[in-house]
Amino acid sequence: MSEIAREDVDYVAGLAQLELDDATKERLVAELGAVLGYIGKLNELDTSDVEPMMHVLDMTNVFRDDEVRESLPRDQALMNAPKTDNEYFLVPRILDTD
Amino acid sequence: MTTEWHNKTAREIRDAVRDGAATATEVAESYLDRIERVDPKVQAYVDVWRDYALSRAEAVDHKRRKDGALGALAGVPVGLKDVFCTRQGYTTCCSKILDGYRSPFDATVVERLDTADCVFLGKLNMDEFAMGSSTENSAVQPTKNPWDLERVPGGSSGGSAAAVAADACAFSLGSDTGGSIRQPAALSGCVGMKPTYGRVSRYGLVAFASSLDQIGPLTKNTEDLALVMNVICGRDPKDSTSADIPVPDYTAALAGDVSGLTVGLPEEFFADALDDEIRAKVNDAVKTLEEAGAKTVEVSLPHATEYGIATYYIICTAEASANLARFDGVRYGYRAPETHDMRDMYVRTKSQGFGAEVQRRIMLGTYVLSSGYYDAYYLKAQKVRALIRRDFDAAFSQCDVILGPTSPTAAFRIGEKTQDPLQMYLSDIYTISANLAGIPGVSVPCGLTESGLPVGLQLLGKPFGEETLIRAAHAYERNRDFDMGRPPLTQGI
Repeated sequence: MSEIAREDVDYVAGLAQLELDDATKERLVAELGAVLGYIGKLNELDTSDVEPMMHVLDMTNVFRDDEVRESLPRDQALMNAPKTDNEYFLVPRILDTD
Repeated sequence: MTTEWHNKTAREIRDAVRDGAATATEVAESYLDRIERVDPKVQAYVDVWRDYALSRAEAVDHKRRKDGALGALAGVPVGLKDVFCTRQGYTTCCSKILDGYRSPFDATVVERLDTADCVFLGKLNMDEFAMGSSTENSAVQPTKNPWDLERVPGGSSGGSAAAVAADACAFSLGSDTGGSIRQPAALSGCVGMKPTYGRVSRYGLVAFASSLDQIGPLTKNTEDLALVMNVICGRDPKDSTSADIPVPDYTAALAGDVSGLTVGLPEEFFADALDDEIRAKVNDAVKTLEEAGAKTVEVSLPHATEYGIATYYIICTAEASANLARFDGVRYGYRAPETHDMRDMYVRTKSQGFGAEVQRRIMLGTYVLSSGYYDAYYLKAQKVRALIRRDFDAAFSQCDVILGPTSPTAAFRIGEKTQDPLQMYLSDIYTISANLAGIPGVSVPCGLTESGLPVGLQLLGKPFGEETLIRAAHAYERNRDFDMGRPPLTQGI
């Protein structure tokens, strides 16, 4: 039984912003199918009365004082960027205006 | 001939530097020389900081000459998994997408080691973004197991484990999301601890799965483990999930006494999947602890091994798919060339920058979080996670520590599991549940197989019960009736 179809892989790749070639997609249909098949064993368990565990620590919100503190200097914030004008991050255009 | 400091433990080095029996500089030179000789074979390091290590060592020596007050790990040479942000060198997670990245800040653990007067040797290899169990997913190179160069060192902290085993650092730091410290420690024959979630600040640890990730040491013995834990643990305002719980002096747990300690043996950890040789070695370790005065009791963890991996691969991939969305080519890291618009830039950057296993996990995580599947997968996994934690709570009402194997097999061959992701995932079957439950675990070497490969004994503890784990691990180490020896590689080099 296939847990995942080629269309699912196409759809999820779109959500994940990944561009995959045909061979990779076929491989993922098989690999993700095998992993999802294995994961399906969780359905053996009745969890209707179980509260989901979001976090292991018994802590809720952690607050701190809202003080102005020094932040990363601009030159350091920009130093790893692929493209900048020394003031802002530069990216390709967002809207196709041609 | 100078002393071969690379054979010494962190405690021996620290004492020698403090007492003036050695300078930090000669210790650093001994290690740098060692790295030059063994690392071309082992390939544990992705970056060696020769000049920085020597300047740090000189600073420690200068400090000693000036006022003599030195830190808890003075002059001890350490290697860092490349998952920790460091202002020195690069921080790449062994991924193409972070190639050339220079962190503008140090991780909190790095700052703490710095304050303790450690000497940093460089960055260590890992599976890309800590995703893997063999270090074969590194975009840089595979790392070889020092006990058998045809085999993997385990992963994802494989460089950290192999470097300790090959005496290419006195100790190292790794990160453990599903076993990534304990499993390589077992396969490479060193001590490795994953502390309780919240015990060590994760500030500056590049995130993989934020509710599971934890930082810990890989060391040559349990005494060094206690020394390093004393330095790295504790609350950090920069990580709001770091616990505000006092840090004990872990070296006080090195008394060697386990009388009155109850060791729980979960039947599920000794089931069929376990290799017979591993089973025999772990059973020997149980006897050793019994002879030292510990009591044993059978306990049950019905959900931990049976459902742990399935639960883990939903939660860790879901969290990873969210965490890795930040690598979009805008603020740092790789950007694909010649893209015509924003979306095209995102897509090509991620597709070219992430390796196969990382893409596989992003796909799985995106799928389990996608509309219509969230309840069936992610919510279900969080509920089973609660059941796994309940298993441990129930077991710990009967015992102080839980004992079992760290890994179902000894080190496997390079390439043996790369074609079958599910088989690779199953190599973490005994380690994963501790991350899901948030509890601490330690792997201690417990012998060699017939073919000379290390076997790891795993001890799991109650939340914030690291002292008890160190006490039990140290008592075992002191009472075992054999010497682990050193990897064949280290002889004659």
